[in-house]
Amino acid sequence: MTTSPSATAAFPAWFTTRQQAAWGRYLAIPTPKRGDESWRFSNIKQLDFTGFTRGSGAPSATGLLARSTGLEATSAKFVFINEILAHAESELPAGVICLPLAEALVSHSELVEAHFMQQETRLGSAKFAALHEASLTNGMFIHVPNDVEIPHPIEIHHWLAGDNTVIFPHTLVVTGTHAKVRVVEMFRSADELQPGLAIAFNDLAAGPGSKLDYVAIQAFNEVSRVIQINETAAARDASTTGFILNTGAAWARNESLSRLEGAGSRSDMLAVSIAAAAQEYDQRTFQHHVSPGAFSDLLYKNSLYDFSTTIFSGLISVDEGAHHTDAYQTCRNLLMSDTCEANSMPGLEINADQVKCSHGSTSSQISEEEIFYLRARGIDPAAARQLIARGFSIEVLARLGDAALEALVIGFIDAKFASIANGGS
Amino acid sequence: MSLHIQDLHATLEDGTEILKGVSLDIPKGEVHAIMGPNGSGKSTLSKVIAGHEGYLVTSGSVTLDGQDIFPMSIDQRSRAGIFLAFQYPSEVPGVSNANFIRAALQARLPQGEELDAVAYYHRLYAKMDLLEIDRKFTARSVNEGFSGGEKKRNEILQLMMLEPLYSILDETDSGLDIDALKIVAKGVNAMRSPDRGFLLITHYQRLLDYITPDYIHVMAEGRIVRSGGPELAHELEKNGYEFLKDLTPA
Repeated sequence: MTTSPSATAAFPAWFTTRQQAAWGRYLAIPTPKRGDESWRFSNIKQLDFTGFTRGSGAPSATGLLARSTGLEATSAKFVFINEILAHAESELPAGVICLPLAEALVSHSELVEAHFMQQETRLGSAKFAALHEASLTNGMFIHVPNDVEIPHPIEIHHWLAGDNTVIFPHTLVVTGTHAKVRVVEMFRSADELQPGLAIAFNDLAAGPGSKLDYVAIQAFNEVSRVIQINETAAARDASTTGFILNTGAAWARNESLSRLEGAGSRSDMLAVSIAAAAQEYDQRTFQHHVSPGAFSDLLYKNSLYDFSTTIFSGLISVDEGAHHTDAYQTCRNLLMSDTCEANSMPGLEINADQVKCSHGSTSSQISEEEIFYLRARGIDPAAARQLIARGFSIEVLARLGDAALEALVIGFIDAKFASIANGGS
Repeated sequence: MSLHIQDLHATLEDGTEILKGVSLDIPKGEVHAIMGPNGSGKSTLSKVIAGHEGYLVTSGSVTLDGQDIFPMSIDQRSRAGIFLAFQYPSEVPGVSNANFIRAALQARLPQGEELDAVAYYHRLYAKMDLLEIDRKFTARSVNEGFSGGEKKRNEILQLMMLEPLYSILDETDSGLDIDALKIVAKGVNAMRSPDRGFLLITHYQRLLDYITPDYIHVMAEGRIVRSGGPELAHELEKNGYEFLKDLTPA
């Protein structure tokens, strides 16, 4: 790919400088290769992005806007088509900044600068994070001041349109002390057949005692590729939830890092992935306990059909002095075919005392006894398997604690199962 | 019109014969009970009738109102009117009890026809009330975290919702305290009708104090070795299975 940063005159100097530096890093960092630990089991061939270019001109928005449906109740809703803002509406409490990044870079330059891409990308995609940083033209900046609670979720739609188009969606969410916000992002393709590439980054900075929930629904078409990098930092007593659903894309790489910076902070890291046909989901996670008394709980669930592949590599790392850490990590794979492949690499690094940590990974097929039970109630084998697989996936959603949001995610899950039942992926 | 079992032989996958010629006729309107010591083949009989794939039927027949059930799959048998209340019901995480029962009812409708949701919940709640099952169980995952008694009541709830022609209750009384046993019996008794037959499999006589059977059969070593009226239960309660020693071939 040959996209270099095209300096937008309006952007502040610090940003232009960072974009140029990022481009230099992108060029300097070698492309991951087979044998790199952070790309173990990965299909490195997917990293050849030759041929992808930015969309030329603004695609027609009318059809996509009509398809940009989500939650009934939102406090703000934004629609981007190839990074270009196509729709914005919001009804937010006073003091909240919720703007397209291109606008916030101008109007709230210092605030954006203070939070923009502050953590080191350490799970393998530093090169692509640099490319993202160098190339992004827009995104969302959400800043919720101290003691402000946003009643309904902020909903963001990202559409990938055109043949071999690349987009760099960026979402930066910052919460002040005791603030509360929930952000829901949906990533989709305008067309089912046009290959696309998304290198997305979401950066969540939860201030002291705040509650920051982030939900990403990745439902690109099945000829697209995606790298999604999540970086979460939780200050003292902050609580963060990150959830990602993967039903789309031919290949998706998720890197999710939660840094428990403040004592008593909490991070829930959740994912549901349903892979079919030859889809490949590659997930790398890092629970970084910096301060004492923090809690992190990761639950990733994969259902694998056909020839699909999943990779889960997770690390819990407890720094020196992060005593009384509670950290849990579970990856569960449900194998729905004999030809799928689930790879799991859980890991622990503990350098503190009085720590409660556990990690576990299981891979199993649906038990014959369970199938027998459902069939003994008259449910045919295909429906029984689907009911069980659906149950396996949606069990995670209860942890979102929001019925409307659960229903939205279930809608995407059911669409995927319907597609699998019809012989697609 | 009956569930008719004729000289049924069945083995485990490894060839071990468990059923060694079971014959039994359960006409509609009657309740039959099978008692017998552990390992006599009672549970195997129920699973073979339901179609469990872990057993191989080597000879004999089972007919439902004259129709051979062996060519039918597990789910076809259920839809044809056979119900097995499990001794150990499976847990189905993430599938709510209400959706599970709904899926079972939906499976009985012709292609393209949708179950009426309002009528469904109305009926479901009525049966739950009769079985003293809290409403919150509709949203809970099937059998997950249920106590033994809750699981068995849930089996009877499914029976009441699916209205099968022939119900086989495999040790439904095990794991039940006396209160739960009475509730389960109430559910079964509510379902008794001239259109339905029941086969109760039990280890103890106490279930039969609350569901009075028309006939009692004693099973041992894969065969029915004795049959009689309800009074047989009391005799077994008093004398145990001692008499089997004389009946069982050495």
